[in-house]
Amino acid sequence: MTEWIKICALEEIPSMGTRVLESGKGRVGLFRTDADEVFALADRCPHKGGHLSQGMVCGQRVSCPMHGWSIGLRDGTAAAPDVGKTDTYPVKIEGGMVFVQI
Amino acid sequence: MEKMKLVMVGNGMAGVRTLEEILKVSPNLYEITVFGAEPHANYNRILLSPVLSGEQTLKDIMLNDVDWYADNGITLHLNKKISRIDRVKRVVYAEDGTEAPYDRLLLATGSNPVILPLPGHDLDGVVSFRDIRDVDAMVDASGKYRHAVVIGGGLLGLEAANGLKLRGMDVTVIHNADWLMNRQLDETAGRMLQKSMESRGLKFLLGKVSKSIGGKDGRVAALCFESGEEIPADLVVMAVGIRPNDALAASAGIHCNKGIVVNDTMQTYDPRIYAVGECVSHRGVAYGLVAPLFEMAKVCANHLSMMGIGRYTGSVASTKLKVTGIDLFSAGDFEGDGDADVIVMYDAAGGIYKKLVIRDDKLVGTVLYGDAADGSWYFQLLREGRNVAEIRGQLMYGRAHLGNAGHQGQTQAAAMPDTMEVCGCNGITKGMIVKSIKEQGLFTLDEVRKHTKASGSCGSCTGLVEQILASTLGGDYSPAPQTKPLCGCTEHTHEEVRAAIRDHKLLSIPAAMRFLEWRTPDGCPSCRPALNYYLLSTWPHEVQDDPQSRFINERAHANIQKDGTYSVVPRMFGGITTPDELRRIADVADKYQVPMVKVTGGQRIDLLGVKKADLPAIWGDLGMPSGHAYGKALRTVKTCVGSEFCRFGTQDSTGLGIALEKALWNVWTPHKFKLAVSGCPRNCAEAAIKDVGIIGVDSGWEIFVGGNGGIKTEVAVFLVKVKTAEEVLEYTGAFLQLYREEARYLDRTVHWVQRVGLEYVKSKVMDEACRKALNERLLFALKGEKDPWAERASEGVEKHEFEALAV
Ligand code: SRM
Ligand SMILES: Cc1cc2nc3c(=O)[nH]c(=O)nc-3n(C[C@H](O)[C@H](O)[C@H](O)COP(=O)(O)OP(=O)(O)OC[C@H]3O[C@@H](n4cnc5c(N)ncnc54)[C@H](O)[C@@H]3O)c2cc1C
Ligand code: SF4
Ligand code: FES
Repeated sequence: MTEWIKICALEEIPSMGTRVLESGKGRVGLFRTDADEVFALADRCPHKGGHLSQGMVCGQRVSCPMHGWSIGLRDGTAAAPDVGKTDTYPVKIEGGMVFVQI
Repeated sequence: MEKMKLVMVGNGMAGVRTLEEILKVSPNLYEITVFGAEPHANYNRILLSPVLSGEQTLKDIMLNDVDWYADNGITLHLNKKISRIDRVKRVVYAEDGTEAPYDRLLLATGSNPVILPLPGHDLDGVVSFRDIRDVDAMVDASGKYRHAVVIGGGLLGLEAANGLKLRGMDVTVIHNADWLMNRQLDETAGRMLQKSMESRGLKFLLGKVSKSIGGKDGRVAALCFESGEEIPADLVVMAVGIRPNDALAASAGIHCNKGIVVNDTMQTYDPRIYAVGECVSHRGVAYGLVAPLFEMAKVCANHLSMMGIGRYTGSVASTKLKVTGIDLFSAGDFEGDGDADVIVMYDAAGGIYKKLVIRDDKLVGTVLYGDAADGSWYFQLLREGRNVAEIRGQLMYGRAHLGNAGHQGQTQAAAMPDTMEVCGCNGITKGMIVKSIKEQGLFTLDEVRKHTKASGSCGSCTGLVEQILASTLGGDYSPAPQTKPLCGCTEHTHEEVRAAIRDHKLLSIPAAMRFLEWRTPDGCPSCRPALNYYLLSTWPHEVQDDPQSRFINERAHANIQKDGTYSVVPRMFGGITTPDELRRIADVADKYQVPMVKVTGGQRIDLLGVKKADLPAIWGDLGMPSGHAYGKALRTVKTCVGSEFCRFGTQDSTGLGIALEKALWNVWTPHKFKLAVSGCPRNCAEAAIKDVGIIGVDSGWEIFVGGNGGIKTEVAVFLVKVKTAEEVLEYTGAFLQLYREEARYLDRTVHWVQRVGLEYVKSKVMDEACRKALNERLLFALKGEKDPWAERASEGVEKHEFEALAV
């Protein structure tokens, strides 16, 4: 099993905002919701590869800055009628720190 | 807890749409049971016409097949007609004895075709045109017999006649009025329609009253008229009208009056029972087109879901005939009685007829024949009740199509072949759009946008897509925009949101959402930027900007590119630069290995392909202020050489351009705002297509407003002539501030001026006290506004935006 990697403090990701994580597996977008959940998705829109980390977070979705597809943060799937899926990575928050499995 | 039981009677278009809406908002509220008298699941009744003509099959027109019901846990009883409602026990009974108890009942029984009680109407071969069974009977007859007679020259009758003709029958249409489609067309258009249908081989007998249907061996053989004449008939289609199917409701004692009477929430006189669709009478009107029925469905679903918001307040419908190659559109009061003005254009030889009916400076009706390209625009003017006094002179020529780019200059969808590209941004052809509408059951512009992407990017082809939609579905399907909410998260319009923010001094997005009872916890990508702008522009210096509610460009203060890099456009006031600035730009381009340096269309220089992490350092090295090329903000002030050097120059256009840009450069606006100043009427700075364009003349400056050089070229209109540069600044500032305070977010100035009218804008900007007050509010808002680049380069503002984390 892949291990949990400590990334940053929750505060370092703005509420309803994003951060980019450069990893061995490529760019990963970290998304923090209004309710302080954090999600990690490959930073690649299923449409034409737009950087989702540059999008706007609303509820549990992010809207891609390129052409506005709406991607679910929990499962990485595009909202109908668009079809496509982005890889997601497990995240946990412990003691105010964000951990990701990549 | 046990779920409540919802029973629906009538498995047609309006009813199932209501269920879909309910499932969207409260999927777990009800246990749903559906009874349908037909043996089929929900199909697109509108498309029975193309099925009859052989252009489509039954399979193509299914909207929800039986699996859909199963997938959503709905119990479906097909082929079961409900014959009784027991409102005391709250149970419905089907003819075969099946029964179902309900907590809420939804009646969606549609309407019945009117069958004229002529002797012989019950013979074999006399049919109506309502459902699949009718179509099957007609198709079957077309294979065996020759003579078809259609009684009724309205929409349905003509579509039936056209279909039967295409199936090879000899078709005669009988109509009791003097011209075809007399309820949708005036006489001229009706006659033109008849002529073109005759050229397709259809025959017409007008002003004829049928007396009886003659038969032979139990099957129809002839149609006889009052006049004593008779014509051969192997098939008689009665298409003389429909009647709301309210018999079931009436038999249960529910108040009916030419339809089941409902209130604005689609509730009948029995509060547990709702009704939608053609069976309904709402404010005395029964509707027979799907657009209004779908609006009802939405409202009804909302109330059945116990959200309790939204009212149906009636609709205006427009009509298109779904006969390929015939371009016809009508809406509203197309006759125009005594007190109305009528504008007519009639080209008999060219086959074009257009009529506009105007009352009290408002468009109230229209008939278009032969060229219906502007139908959706007229329909929009009509529904919005917009004052057309100012554009009356051009009204007949339609929406100016000047420079409307991206679809080869085409403005008439009917004239386009299926293979022609409609949406140049997304490469979508006409054929692809038609196919999606039919196969995926799309009914609105929004749905077509979502599914095909057509008109979803720059929007210049919206008119074409609307035409295609209308001709495929037989009407205009955009919902009445009169009270269009800001977005799906709220019922409130832009104006209401603005007023609430102002009147109740709301100072943050959460406060505004709470006060206005937003439906979503934190909005969507449409409303958040709008709210942020409204707050900032209403309460400058008091409201804190919310970067998370800005599109990435405004958050990162640079334009995102397709590969995720950014571009940097420093400000060059009035398009004037210096060797020193150019040197710094060159040095930065070298140091950060900028892949492309480009002169923009806005008289300044763009550094393209910059890595996000390099942005703050580049800004620091440049030492030039942000050009806001990424923002809903003041963009450029283009200038020409002017009197300083040019032999024709009458005024110092560069000097004024610089002064304007220095005064206004860090202002946020509803959409981007561009200026230009030319030194003489040769207008080398292209001032005529700018939000504010200023043209120097010997005796002063002429100010033009509301120009646009983008998606649809719009020429700016004259506002005022002034003498001095100071006056130009004051008028421009006042116009800009009025736009800031009153336009809807994402309105360019042209859209706003067209909506509120130039007269209104003038009444504010020409009034001295008002103008000075506007200008002062603008100056107050701009006071102390910082350069976002400097802040980020030297003060570390929003550092996290530019720094990546790493593992
Ligand atoms: C850089 C520039 C093209 C160039 O290389 O010359 C440009 C680039 C873009 N324009 Fe433009 N426009 C540029 C001058 C223009 C002009 C000409 C002008 O300003 O005189 C126009 C027509 C004039 C007008 O706006 O009325 C123009 C009309 C548009 C439009 C259509 C606006 C409309 O209301 O119809 C859009 C789309 C939009 O804003 O929604 C647009 C949108 C864009 C965007 C921001 C598209 C986007 O959202 O990413 C482009 C960013 C490219 C990038 O990746 O950096 N651009 N754009 C020009 C920058 C000028 C500057 O110095 O700031
Ligand atoms: C040929 C044709 C072409 C048309 N073209 C257009 C067009 O171009 N544009 C447009 O906007 N509209 C068009 N219409 C009209 C449009 O189809 C109707 O407005 C729409 O289908 C009405 O929806 P509804 O749900 O109210 O009724 P329906 O779709 O008729 O559904 C009612 C259903 O209830 C069933 N039912 C009735 N009573 C009972 C009962 N007691 N128990 C069980 N089931 C019952 C009926 O069998 C029927 O299936 C066209 C209609 C026809 C027939
Ligand atoms: S710069 Fe403007 S015209 Fe050119 S591709 Fe981009 S948006 Fe279109
Ligand atoms: S790349 Fe994300 S929407 Fe197109």
